[in-house]
Amino acid sequence: MALEQVLRPQDFATEVHNDWCPGCGDFGILRTIQMAFAEMKMEPHRVAVVSGIGCSAKTIHYIKTYGVHTLHGRALPYASGVKLANPHLKVLCLSGDGDGLGIGGGHFVNAGRRNLDMLYIIHDNGVYGLTKGQAAPTLKLGVKTKSLAHPNINDAVNPIWLALAAGATWVGRGYSYDVKHLRDLIISGIRHKGYAFLDVLQPCPTYNDINTKDWYGGEDRKDDTGRAMPRVYKLVDEGFDPVVREPADVEGKTTQALEKALEWGDRIPIGVFYENELTPTFEERIGKRIATYADHPPALQAIGTRDGIPVTDVGRLLAALTVPPSA
Amino acid sequence: MSPRSPTVNDLSWMIGGPQGSGVDSSANVFARACARGGLNVYGKREFYSNIMGEHSYFALRAHKDFVRSHVDDVNVLATFEAETLLRHARAVTDDGAIIYDPSLTKTRIADVPTIEKRAAADLRTYLIARGLGETVEDVLASCKQRGVTLVPIPFKELIEQVADEFAVDQLSKISRMVNMLAVGASFGLLGFEYSHMEKSLEDVFGKKPKVITMNAAGGLKAYHLGEASAPAFAFRLEAIPRTEPRLFLTGSQATALGKLYGGMRFQTYYPITPASDESEYLEMNEVLSLGTLARGPEAEDAGFVKDQAASVLVVQTEDEIAAVTMATGAALTGVRSATATSGPGFSLMMEGIGWASINEVPLVITLYQRAGPSTGMPTRHEQGDLRFALHAGHGESPRIVLASGDFEESIRDGFLAFNYAERYQMPVIHLVDKALANSYATVAVPDLSDLRIDRGRLVPDGNGYSKDLPYKRFDLGNGPVSPRAVLGQDGTIFWNTGDEHDEFGHITEDPVLRNLMMEKRFAKLDLAAKEIPDDAKFRYFGAADAKAVIVSWGSTKGPLLDALDRLWAAGAKVGYLHVRLVNPFPSEAVARILAKRTKRIGVEMNFGGQLAGIVREQTGIAMTHVVLKYNGRPMSSPELVEAITAILKGKAKARTVLTRGA
Repeated sequence: MALEQVLRPQDFATEVHNDWCPGCGDFGILRTIQMAFAEMKMEPHRVAVVSGIGCSAKTIHYIKTYGVHTLHGRALPYASGVKLANPHLKVLCLSGDGDGLGIGGGHFVNAGRRNLDMLYIIHDNGVYGLTKGQAAPTLKLGVKTKSLAHPNINDAVNPIWLALAAGATWVGRGYSYDVKHLRDLIISGIRHKGYAFLDVLQPCPTYNDINTKDWYGGEDRKDDTGRAMPRVYKLVDEGFDPVVREPADVEGKTTQALEKALEWGDRIPIGVFYENELTPTFEERIGKRIATYADHPPALQAIGTRDGIPVTDVGRLLAALTVPPSA
Repeated sequence: MSPRSPTVNDLSWMIGGPQGSGVDSSANVFARACARGGLNVYGKREFYSNIMGEHSYFALRAHKDFVRSHVDDVNVLATFEAETLLRHARAVTDDGAIIYDPSLTKTRIADVPTIEKRAAADLRTYLIARGLGETVEDVLASCKQRGVTLVPIPFKELIEQVADEFAVDQLSKISRMVNMLAVGASFGLLGFEYSHMEKSLEDVFGKKPKVITMNAAGGLKAYHLGEASAPAFAFRLEAIPRTEPRLFLTGSQATALGKLYGGMRFQTYYPITPASDESEYLEMNEVLSLGTLARGPEAEDAGFVKDQAASVLVVQTEDEIAAVTMATGAALTGVRSATATSGPGFSLMMEGIGWASINEVPLVITLYQRAGPSTGMPTRHEQGDLRFALHAGHGESPRIVLASGDFEESIRDGFLAFNYAERYQMPVIHLVDKALANSYATVAVPDLSDLRIDRGRLVPDGNGYSKDLPYKRFDLGNGPVSPRAVLGQDGTIFWNTGDEHDEFGHITEDPVLRNLMMEKRFAKLDLAAKEIPDDAKFRYFGAADAKAVIVSWGSTKGPLLDALDRLWAAGAKVGYLHVRLVNPFPSEAVARILAKRTKRIGVEMNFGGQLAGIVREQTGIAMTHVVLKYNGRPMSSPELVEAITAILKGKAKARTVLTRGA
């Protein structure tokens, strides 16, 4: 496919029937990913989108790039394997909040320690949609969505805090109904050198009747003129500067990101909370040990001739294990 | 001591001590010294799941011929503390010797808290029956009564002398040398020229010249003390001139070498005993060189590698779930990818194995079996995961399972596992075990020139797929194996999912497609059964017409072959079928081999007789006898000789349980 043709989001659409509920916040995420890919003139075959399990995970079937729909909670290690074996690929990883922060919580933490160059998006709606609305890790304590028998007995995890604590070097939050802003966040996350984590507020119209589109949009609280007062606001509009420019910035920039991430309820910030390209990526760290890694990553190495003769020279290893002659 | 001529170059030697005290190095120095002197060695390592303080020991055989297993008897027991002596003195043969520290003779059994209560009670009973007390001195007296040679070595004095000579201010700085003194004394007692030990010290401590010099000086002092007992001693080691190259390696290294030679470039692991050794060896050798062992015109074809570079990327993951899934993600990009683990880690990998199977991903899992269930005995041996490997995961998912029995099979299977994985596009579980992984031996350099890399059906670049002729990763059109494209390839975009899927890889719940996909996946297993040659599936040893036959798998091969040498020399008529490919199972060949045998003896390191059960399931033929062991200690050849002899003579029950080992 010539690059000039790959300019429209629909060029990244498949013909697979989409079975999300009408009004699902996932549509906004799917659309913005396709918009971002088009905007960035991505070559479809150089992109791998990896997902876990749940409504969010079906996204890959609707995107015309390589798509890997994996296991519940395991999107990150699958995506990491793809990226490590062939760092020339652009890797985008998708999870739901149950997928990424519940069953996959251990991987969430360890992905931060590595700082692989990829973007991880969590479709954050507070519920397990595909299994009919159980409470998920970002649902607040005491909240009773409609399919719960009792108010949520667990407190919520803060994905932004967790990502920062784990070491993610780009941390953002988007809102799936602010498509243009979300598209720009995705582009920025993909362009970031290192591990980028993007939390996307994504209302589940079927099971989360608390954090709805109307709620985020402030339809329940109107000003004197009768206009809704949206809860979601953009960090950039308030002059928030998330960028670490020198090592000395890290502490201050982390602290302000943590402070902002505490805001919830009446004011919910979206945008980039933290950005730091000074931390070496995992790929760069490997390159320090294996100098040829960037040009000859595992997936692109020759292992045999056309006739199948192995070309790995194990002679040196065998020599080190060889007993010298005794005569 | 009778002055009859000594046994030359057929020795069982043991050294023990607290973990963390350098016993590893001393056993290594002893083994390498023997090897450098032209002898062959086989060493077995036993240790607790502990960092420091618990008892560990090495049983080592030195022989003129290649050795494949350990024996229970000890001819020379090298000790420098009380526990090893207390635990193992009874295993010393009447014509054997004990090297010991005379300052420890008053130590009582009760002073050694790390001896298990059961073992301590056993020893007390033994001593009381002989009218003895319960100190080291009493144990030595019981040995002396039997004729055992006692070799006192005043370790502390010798170390003090070394400290003086080398102006070492604190004895504690060189107290670890006690190990090497025990080795030196052993070689003195055995009359083995000291220069081999000096060279061996250089091999082991290559980058620490002062350590080498001091240990060599100390070792020599102990050597001279040992020498005093040599003339009357029943065992000797003599150097053998040898020019042909041999390897001295562990089973973990053998498997790693096979995988590297087979083109593995990506491996994940989470730390676990006894699997981590392999990954650590790979990590230490991550930068590879390219070239070919082949010579002649074939080698010229390999000239293209000049502008290439090779390395293996080893990634330590956060858990075994990440290990198996990360390795699978890597495999999707076309790299030969593996993970290595042991039972508990393998238990966590189930879902990932199912995903790799339904998505037809070539993935290799090296499974180092150890004693289960649960944490079991983490550092001890078992072959308990055969059925688990066959059935691991929910639903029905094809996989190939192969099991290696010795170092050469470990190398070959390490290599072949990737061929199978790629040719049949499914996970391959390669079973090895603790006994194999942790033992080391000298072996002939294996001839690997027949091995060829087979990547199976790959989609070539410039493949001609288009909008009108789209690529289908799970194409049902042309046999069960669909052409495989990899992530990043142009023109072949595909999708994967753990759901049942259509030819493109999109989710389906269509009943017709479901059947076609199930049948496609399992047909690949039939193909593998048809294509994989017999010599990679099993091997038969012994007379084809023997009425009795042993059926076994995995590392029991070593002690079995050593036992059979003795049984055959004594005229026993028994064959041995060693099964290497467990799935797909070579049912017809096994049925043919087992037909008309009147005694069929299953030999396995597990409680349930797992292979015996599988043979029955696959062929309808039951074993008449099983010889099993599950105490965590590998089978020795003498206990196998006894058990098999009893069966052949009709004096054994259907089930024999072996119990030896400390």
